[in-house]
Amino acid sequence: MSTEDAHDPKFGEYGGQFVPEALMPAIEELADAYERYVLDNEDGFMNEFRSRLADFGGRPTPLQYADQLSERYDTDVYLKREDLLHGGAHKLNNALGQVLLAKYMGKERIIAETGAGQHGTATAMAAAHLDMPCEIYMGETDIARQRPNVFRMKINGSEVVPVTVGRGTLKEAISETMREWATTVENTHYVIGSVVGPHPFPKMVRDFQAVISEEAREQAIEKTGGLPTDVVACAGGGSNTMGTFAEFVPDEDVALHAVEAGGSSLQVDEEEGVAPNSATLSTGDEGVLHGARTKLLQDSDGQIMESHSVSAGLDYAGVGPELAHLVDEGRVTPVNVDDDLALEAFHRLSQDEGIIPALETAHAFGYVEKYHDDLGDTVVVNVSGRGDKDLETVIEETTERDLDIAPDMSILQRMGGGL
Amino acid sequence: MGLETAFADEPAFVPYLAAGDPNYEASIEYVEALAKGGADAIELGLPFSEPIAEGTTIQNAIVRSLESGMTPERFLGFVADLDVDVPLVCMTYYNLIYQYGESDSETASGETASQEGPRPFVEKAAEVGLEGFVVPDLPAEEAGPLRDACDEFGLDLVFIVAPTTTEERLERMREQVSGYVYVQARLGVTGARDDVDDATEESLARITDWDVPKAVGFGIKTGDHAERIVGAGADGVIVGSALVDIVAEGYENGDPTGEVAARLEALARELKAGALRGARTRPQPERT
Repeated sequence: MSTEDAHDPKFGEYGGQFVPEALMPAIEELADAYERYVLDNEDGFMNEFRSRLADFGGRPTPLQYADQLSERYDTDVYLKREDLLHGGAHKLNNALGQVLLAKYMGKERIIAETGAGQHGTATAMAAAHLDMPCEIYMGETDIARQRPNVFRMKINGSEVVPVTVGRGTLKEAISETMREWATTVENTHYVIGSVVGPHPFPKMVRDFQAVISEEAREQAIEKTGGLPTDVVACAGGGSNTMGTFAEFVPDEDVALHAVEAGGSSLQVDEEEGVAPNSATLSTGDEGVLHGARTKLLQDSDGQIMESHSVSAGLDYAGVGPELAHLVDEGRVTPVNVDDDLALEAFHRLSQDEGIIPALETAHAFGYVEKYHDDLGDTVVVNVSGRGDKDLETVIEETTERDLDIAPDMSILQRMGGGL
Repeated sequence: MGLETAFADEPAFVPYLAAGDPNYEASIEYVEALAKGGADAIELGLPFSEPIAEGTTIQNAIVRSLESGMTPERFLGFVADLDVDVPLVCMTYYNLIYQYGESDSETASGETASQEGPRPFVEKAAEVGLEGFVVPDLPAEEAGPLRDACDEFGLDLVFIVAPTTTEERLERMREQVSGYVYVQARLGVTGARDDVDDATEESLARITDWDVPKAVGFGIKTGDHAERIVGAGADGVIVGSALVDIVAEGYENGDPTGEVAARLEALARELKAGALRGARTRPQPERT
């Protein structure tokens, strides 16, 4: 982070500020606030942020040695426990940072988009904590498959606004929140949920999330006497990925693996405009979406494809521009794990380590399961979130697939609960 | 330069429709009806799947157009098929312009795009007779390659000035704009409204010494609106959602294409007449 120019909106060819003119002043105001408060710690912003992350958020999160997985793979596996952060996912790091920044900027209202609902719940918590009114835009498909998170947002006092255009997932929710922001830009801050969007969002969100790798790097040195050989994180938009990688990027000997959702297939259906995966880094190509030039899932005309993953949080046709750049540079290796392997990994981590991971996170463990022979002797995996929100999906999907590893859930049917 | 001529003699009426909404043939008829109704230039939407600057009305038009099979290639054919003698402007989002040169390659290659950028699409646009572009997600900072391509092929590049645009950004746009400047009458996204926002007059006052015509859009839907906007000093009015509403209603009710075209032509006449009335109420004509 120290070597880059904070004013530069680009990462190589990627990034930039492709937004409607009505939003440009807000983006410039935000870039200025990012430099003053986040980079220069004006008014002690970063001190307050770190202090609130500790007291409200519960940081630092542990780096835990995984006994069973280490034995299974015959390599030392360490888990960075972001699932233990308040709210159950890494998302609070960014949400708390941005809501606090909005307060320092004198904004009066928060809006945010959410896909899986993890960013929405984190923003709702942060907004309640910092006494800011908050509206969350969420696709109606996602509202249906992430009901528990809808309840949580509303219980924390946020409005949840359904987005009905398109397929009703994260892509549409981001577009709709940008439209809302264009209307209310003067008193409202848009808390974007990942390292995507126009500059300064990708850098700013990464900096708020970089606390993950700051801690993990120190903890790894403390516990093992050196740096890990490999760092593994799942990648949708890429906020936990960049947070987990950021401080390791200069450590050239540490291999960085970004695990995307392979969905049901890597083949795309051009006719229908559907990519049955969210493997943007592995299969996408360059284009402009949601304010940035980055890698995208798009058809040959440049229309954005509908992505798919069993995990709502990875279900996005774009990816953070910095990750796209690091992949082109060869610093980050993009890999992908399909729905089946992710579901298996979900059950394995739950049974072997007593940790029920988010389905997003399960992709990272699916990769370690399949490719552990290629990994070095110390592997850090980011447990980006816990899986309570995914239980219904997991039971449904594993029953459908008849996975050997899945627990027998017939007790529910016998008791008349149905599935 | 073609677009400025639309504003040469009197206040211009510049309608917008999404090309191909609700289908190719009807859309040709609708655009031609606008020309008959007195349009001085026409903005044609090339539909993009993520139109972040559009309100619900135009989002739905874009969905109808995409579902009826509109693509960048067919859009160029659409422009060539139109029988109108007013300048045509392509309104679209940058990714479509940027990807056009790539359209023969497979998308799953993982290779970075070639360095062609916007040039191939602009070249084709010039061939079919388009006179310019409006690209809402392309601010002046990112517009260099498209500006260069437009210069090479003699096309205009219109920029949008918002009520929140800073003085510094106005200067950046002033250096690059040609054809006309699109003055966004209010914050937010496109869509018909019932009132005229005060922000319009303030925005016009800030760019009064620019030497390109000033056209105001966002929210205009009646002849009276058009009259007040031109009375406030605009050189033209841009109307989209109010016209798209007519297309949408006709589509939903299954009305014959000719009837819908007649309604579009009638509203076009009302808007053009309003603009002309506005010019008469203006304190002084300020053509430079």
